[in-house]
Amino acid sequence: MSDLNKLGLAEARDALRAGDTTSVDLTEACLGSIEAADALNAFVHHTPDIAMDQARAADARMGPDAPAMCGLPIGIKDLFCTRGVPSQAGSGILKGFKPEYESTITSQLFEAGAVMLGKLNMDEFAMGSSNETSVYGNAVNPWRRGNDDTALTPGGSSGGSASAVSADLCLAATGTDTGGSIRQPAAFTGITGIKPTYGRCSRWGVVAFASSLDQAGPMTKSVRDAAIMLEAMCGHDPKDSTSADLPVPNFEALLKGDVRGKKIGIPKEYRLDGMPEEIEALWAEGRQMLEEAGAEMVDISLPHTKYALPAYYVVAPAEASSNLARYDGARYGHRAKLDQGDGITEMYEKTRAEGFGDEVKRRVMIGTYVLSAGFYDAYYNRARKVRTLIKKDFEDVFAQGIDAILTPATPSAAFGLGEASDDPVQMYLNDIFTVTVNMAGLPGIAVPAGLDKQGLPLGLQLIGRPWEEGDLLNIAYGLESAVGFVAKPTKWW
Amino acid sequence: MSIDENTAARVAKLARIKVEDNALPALAAEFNTILGFIEQLNEVDVEGVAPMTSVTPQRLKRRVDDVTDGGQQDKVLSNAPDAREGFFAVPKVVE
Repeated sequence: MSDLNKLGLAEARDALRAGDTTSVDLTEACLGSIEAADALNAFVHHTPDIAMDQARAADARMGPDAPAMCGLPIGIKDLFCTRGVPSQAGSGILKGFKPEYESTITSQLFEAGAVMLGKLNMDEFAMGSSNETSVYGNAVNPWRRGNDDTALTPGGSSGGSASAVSADLCLAATGTDTGGSIRQPAAFTGITGIKPTYGRCSRWGVVAFASSLDQAGPMTKSVRDAAIMLEAMCGHDPKDSTSADLPVPNFEALLKGDVRGKKIGIPKEYRLDGMPEEIEALWAEGRQMLEEAGAEMVDISLPHTKYALPAYYVVAPAEASSNLARYDGARYGHRAKLDQGDGITEMYEKTRAEGFGDEVKRRVMIGTYVLSAGFYDAYYNRARKVRTLIKKDFEDVFAQGIDAILTPATPSAAFGLGEASDDPVQMYLNDIFTVTVNMAGLPGIAVPAGLDKQGLPLGLQLIGRPWEEGDLLNIAYGLESAVGFVAKPTKWW
Repeated sequence: MSIDENTAARVAKLARIKVEDNALPALAAEFNTILGFIEQLNEVDVEGVAPMTSVTPQRLKRRVDDVTDGGQQDKVLSNAPDAREGFFAVPKVVE
């Protein structure tokens, strides 16, 4: 078989089980494509020795009853702690940090036989929408605007994951999503990404950004692959107190692609002034396709949508300022060189000034401000109340019998690196369609749905009921089948 | 609400992030841009609304109060910038 790195998880799994290929061959194909893709800056820590050991072990274990992920080479976002392998969350403050433990999700994936090719680039501490805040430098989108060689962002924060999957450097990758960090980069690179319900995937061993919003999920080449990998990532973990003790369905078995009778909500608040016509047209096509497939389109209202992003920019920085207090230069990571007479306060202040990038500092300080005496009620408590209202908006439409909600995934196609980094608020608007889902703890999936006139991929988002990832994946599968998106970036790297 | 340089300096101090004096005006301006964006929340009627404490309606699990882990001093210290004699070493904190 040729071009093994271009396979998806399902095809590769079936080929492995049938004895048509081996994990060693798959892994070597991916390692070769990674070596030739430095220009994408997607993989930032390479682990070929671990990968080959895991591949040989998977081949020894292979058989018709091997777990679904057995022998499949994947990339791991740098946010996941992996034993003995640098895990920096894209930050200078964790330079040199090699965890002595394995995150629950990577443990589960490895137990299921998955092969780790290396760690993937990301925005520092997952704070960003363009992968431009990374200490490793920008990850680059394999897609380009026609023949224009402007380097485009793969989105963020899971930019390295998106770039790597889209460019066939790996079969799939892990991502994490706090405000859209799986779904926005997936949409920017023409791949599929799902953020499950808050509590589905253990957060243990995943470097914390905003604990009440963070969820991990898979980034894959198809909805079927997302179903396979999500199942391997989900499950109750006593080490994460917010992990849901619920059975994990066989998501792949639920993919029937039959959306007949499903009620799909179309929220009027997602129609923004100044939204590019192409995004509007894509959304209309998505509606039409689902309708032709037998679903019922229902106009709905989510009245507090507009306030999700400002509320997020209180809640997330507040939690980040607390979570990131642990980077003190005492226990792990970077410590600033101290001057004669410097005490422990100077050690903290200099270490954090040197170790954190500008966006992280900005958010930590905003979080500190909104939690400080005198402002706690005006900002933090108000934002938490607005969050209650945002969640209630969704509860109300689900109570009306809505099965899923269809929206655009992003307000634009991928933009040029450096084109949007001047104004933080402008950058935040990237997450306008995705952030509501994190605020309400719901599952959301981005599915590639078309190309814009410059030849860049655009995605649609489906939002599901809590814990109904199976139904959501099935509707997404129906949409994917109707869309028939097969475009791939032209190789230039 | 407008943030001046003194407030920016106070926030940086609370966050334990060293900010040079000449960087404070720009920092204060950034805070004002972001807080200006957040001010939209004042339009929302939140009268009688409970602040969200948990996004999913499940009770946090409790576990038995047992020692389940430990005895890993070397691993705990393995990433320390400065570890001595089984401890994290930091600048003197007590005179």
